[in-house]
Amino acid sequence: MSGLDSSAGLDEVAGSAPARVRIQSGPLAAPNGANGSAPRETGIGAVFEARDVSVHYGRKRALASVSLRIPRNRITALIGPSGCGKTTFLRSLNRMNDSVPGFRIDGQVLYHGHDMYGGNVDRVEVRRRIGMVFQKPNPFPKSIYDNIAWAPRNLGLKHGLDERVEAALRGAALWDEVKDRLKDSALGLSGGQQQRLCIARAIAIEPDVLLLDEPASALDPIATASIEELMHSLKGRFTIVIVTHNMQQAARVADQTAFFSLDSSAAEPSGTLVEFADTEAIFSHPKDPRTRDYVSGRFG
Amino acid sequence: MSETAFDPTAPLTPTGNLRRRRAFNRFAEYGATAAAVLAVAVLAIVIYTVVARGASALSLEFLFTGEPTGIGPAIVGTGLIVLVATAIAMPLGVLIALYLTEFAGGRADRPIRLMLDLMNGLPSIVIGLFVFGLLVYGKTQSAFAGSIALAIIELPLIARGSQEVLLLVPNSMREAADALGVSRWRTVLGVILPSALGGIVTATVLAVARAAGETAPLILVCSVFDSRGVSLNPFEAIPNIPVTIFTLSEEANPTGFARAWGASLVLLSFILLASLAARVLLARSRSKVAR
Repeated sequence: MSGLDSSAGLDEVAGSAPARVRIQSGPLAAPNGANGSAPRETGIGAVFEARDVSVHYGRKRALASVSLRIPRNRITALIGPSGCGKTTFLRSLNRMNDSVPGFRIDGQVLYHGHDMYGGNVDRVEVRRRIGMVFQKPNPFPKSIYDNIAWAPRNLGLKHGLDERVEAALRGAALWDEVKDRLKDSALGLSGGQQQRLCIARAIAIEPDVLLLDEPASALDPIATASIEELMHSLKGRFTIVIVTHNMQQAARVADQTAFFSLDSSAAEPSGTLVEFADTEAIFSHPKDPRTRDYVSGRFG
Repeated sequence: MSETAFDPTAPLTPTGNLRRRRAFNRFAEYGATAAAVLAVAVLAIVIYTVVARGASALSLEFLFTGEPTGIGPAIVGTGLIVLVATAIAMPLGVLIALYLTEFAGGRADRPIRLMLDLMNGLPSIVIGLFVFGLLVYGKTQSAFAGSIALAIIELPLIARGSQEVLLLVPNSMREAADALGVSRWRTVLGVILPSALGGIVTATVLAVARAAGETAPLILVCSVFDSRGVSLNPFEAIPNIPVTIFTLSEEANPTGFARAWGASLVLLSFILLASLAARVLLARSRSKVAR
């Protein structure tokens, strides 16, 4: 299953891993399938465009009418208090919510102009291009090497696997710490190392986008610092969307920041997007009073 | 309210109705302990009796020759019948468990689990009768029919046991694999089954132990056999231990009775060893998952 015309090309360049192959322009569905959503003009460099997105879990509305555009090869942070729907929004960007019972989405999420929830979109293909790193490090109970190599092997990227593993571990700034024990269990690594391993695992298949769901919240400050440093080095190679509780973290790493909040004025309280702008603007002169209160620490 | 008042400065010895409550507490504790001891005692008595009466019948000749001196063909026959039964039930059972934990939505999960539990409660004589009607009536008894009956007995045990260990595999593993763009079946093969393998083997061994001793279905579908020599033909009735025990114990002949005890000891040792091995395996695989 693939609209990946360039997947053969990926194999060839695996040896020189820093060379990136642009895979994101193909449609998410099989190329011969009648694509319900013809590519649309979404503005220059927008990877995602959310149009009036609302999410329900069963009868409960978790997120109401979010519209925003996430630019390519930048770091976009989603901040806000607990329960404001930022993780829900993030998980809607690679359809991880599909497996949640009662999940329903309204509006449109366009990914390079393709409707992500269109009828002939394949979820597996979506996630092959849009990787995700979770709050708690979740390495497989396999060796360090196999943690990285497993997905490429299954996706048919078997050529130059050793180089691919090394490149991924270098990319996640973990190579020097683990190069002598690649055969050891990944579960023996520290929490911060495990999380960097998960990032390495995600970038090993060279996705287009990395979604990070509070990647540092389970880590100590030193490990957090190394993850943040890592994000800076990954910027430019990937479009990164990060959810964080930590405002300082957003201020340190993100180019754009979206502030989500719980809108309790409506009859049905639900999370919603309050303000989306350059990080600097959000933190120095926010337009919305709710943003101002949040970033100045008055609530949340 | 004044009845419950107490003097906080009094010595910390029982006051009020605490004596009575303590007596009740003791009573309940001793009762529960006694019940537990009784269960162990029953097992110990059964094992002791079988060993005491069966040990005298045991000999190399008893284990390796056919009728009238030994039960060799029955040991081989039971091995074959159970092996075929497990070869049928294990893949099916594991697939059912995988369906329940990996593929079924919440709605299919509960009715199927209920069905498996009901199936587990089916009287083995009913299963025997069913297979008799299906494969034997109007045809001939066969080891294969016995294997089918035992497979039906094993199936819910393997499916439920495997399901339990598959549920122990953390959901974060599935999410991690999903987020890498790997299809679910690949995830099952590459991540989920390897983590759960120990538990699945355990469930299977326990099911084997249970099936090996089932007698009722075999009396119906695999009981008229020639027990003088080993037979490996699955399409005829072949000797097996449970039916042998049953027939020998019916004989009006004290040596037959002694040999029935001997055969029981062989069967019991096999089942106990298998169960113990399964527990050890399970403990080891649990600690591996939990690491």
